[in-house]
Amino acid sequence: MNETLNPNSAANVAHSDRIRVDLQLIADMIEPGTRVLDIGCGDGELLGYLTRTKKVDGRGLELSNEGVRNCVAQGLPVMQGDADRDLRDYPDGAFDYAILSQTLQATQRPKEVLSELLRIGTKAIVSFPNFGHWRARFDLMFRGRMPQNPNLPIMWYETPNIHFCTVLDFVALCKEMDLTIERSMVLNEAGSKLSLGSQTRFSNFLGNQALFMLSK
Amino acid sequence: MSTATNTEKRPPLPGHHMVLGETEKLRLDSGVEFGPFTLAYQTYGELNADKSNAILVCHALTGDQYVADDFHPITGKEGWWSEIVGPGKIIDTNKYFVICSNVIGGCLGSTGPKEINPATGKPWGLDFPVITIADMVRAQTMLIDALGIDMLFAVIGGSMGGMQVLEWCKSYPKRVYAAAPIATSFRHSAQNIAFHEVGRQAVMADPDWCGGNYLLEGKKPSRGLAVARMTAHITYLSQPALHRKFGRKLQNRGAITYSFDQDFQVESYLRHQGKSFVDRFDANSYLYITRAMDYFDLSLEYDGRLAEAFQGCKTRFCVISFSSDWCFTTAESRIVAHALNAASCNVSCVEIESDKGHDAFLLDEPDFHMVLSGFIEGAAEGRGLK
Repeated sequence: MNETLNPNSAANVAHSDRIRVDLQLIADMIEPGTRVLDIGCGDGELLGYLTRTKKVDGRGLELSNEGVRNCVAQGLPVMQGDADRDLRDYPDGAFDYAILSQTLQATQRPKEVLSELLRIGTKAIVSFPNFGHWRARFDLMFRGRMPQNPNLPIMWYETPNIHFCTVLDFVALCKEMDLTIERSMVLNEAGSKLSLGSQTRFSNFLGNQALFMLSK
Repeated sequence: MSTATNTEKRPPLPGHHMVLGETEKLRLDSGVEFGPFTLAYQTYGELNADKSNAILVCHALTGDQYVADDFHPITGKEGWWSEIVGPGKIIDTNKYFVICSNVIGGCLGSTGPKEINPATGKPWGLDFPVITIADMVRAQTMLIDALGIDMLFAVIGGSMGGMQVLEWCKSYPKRVYAAAPIATSFRHSAQNIAFHEVGRQAVMADPDWCGGNYLLEGKKPSRGLAVARMTAHITYLSQPALHRKFGRKLQNRGAITYSFDQDFQVESYLRHQGKSFVDRFDANSYLYITRAMDYFDLSLEYDGRLAEAFQGCKTRFCVISFSSDWCFTTAESRIVAHALNAASCNVSCVEIESDKGHDAFLLDEPDFHMVLSGFIEGAAEGRGLK
């Protein structure tokens, strides 16, 4: 998974500009030349892509030392830190977009993290695994077991995901927090967008992952 | 005057020397107007036509300007950062113009306490004014001015060198495109000051220190300075690194001798470190430079609000720490990085896993080299350097 990094890592910048499908959907939401904070940026796949192809002024925050090292070695400005603790250092409105991809469910206080995203960024882009997906429901209802699938491969006792929610749960939270949902979509297991119109209940049943763009 | 010959007998050290502060003196933090003074410096590589490829490397407490020489003029060893600086290396001298100057107050050619005070014709000794990190940097700006460089592509340094990097960015943000403060902090901690004080007391307790006038007396406080170095050297290593290297191994003997001889290898090693240090370093310089580090606190003039020191700074930062460094911990680096973030600066902050302690920044640490290299190349691209 971790590409071997050579010290002349500027060469790495030249790799083909194809990224994970779900990350591509996020990238498509972002206007060129904007200021972007990618929280939980991993090895910098999205951040590097945005920097190269959309010329954004991008920054990253990443928990794993290895991820941070790999990002900085590619010339990306990334800090070690986590969403629960380290967002408070960023000034208000420092970014046009604050991205939290596949991380919300692993935070200690998702609600506080969401409000921090929209304090730091004009817009927040959030993606998470949907616990309302039919397979999760199937696992619970018929197998009587916690959902386990390619998107949620880790057993309940080892998973870092401590705050699961469904699409409907998330929409309800946005409403409670008075946040505007600018865009929303659900993705299938491969990360491709599902065309389901505006039927949230369908989305909640058929979407494996959810992707929202929010503003205040 | 046979006594003063101690300084005159030295052969001149190789490299560049620039006399500065002749027309406009250097205003020290202590209020003293100082000058003229000399900075000894080395350069590697060529300055490009638009003078945009200069990297200033700042040396640590006992470092010097010979950052990448093949043979150090005193020790005969290769330069202290030859791993990093050189043709085709991370700080590539085929691409960049690298400058490293001996700090003011130092003892390798820059004006310091062992040089002659023109007012008296004798070595300065303790009449030399107290120097701060900001004074060192102010002196460097005069050198950079004289070299005709407006903006440095990068300022890079570890430990005390990192303090200078931060000071550059605080005081001259428009003159620094990229900055790498490594294994350093925005202030000296109480523990760091405490260890320095032990070192200084060791020097001053040596009767050959002669109240700082040892050069006039034709003496050298070698024992005191060696003890200072031995103590300091322990703080630069980690407990696991020291144990791995020496354990409880005995020095050229099969059993302990029931004496105070150097039974253990670690004792012999430290004595060697102390001894070789006094050959290349001046005791009074050691007092002055350790004091400069102790006085360093970048947040002081902002009532502790460090972020204000970097307000509006456009420099790219890469703050690097080492996991086993207990002199300048990752926690300290994170304070710096958080302040930079709060000031909306462009900052990377990386902790390198290493069990080699503070000295790791001088050693072969592939992860560190990978990060530094990526940062410099990314910045070079941003600056449009080919």
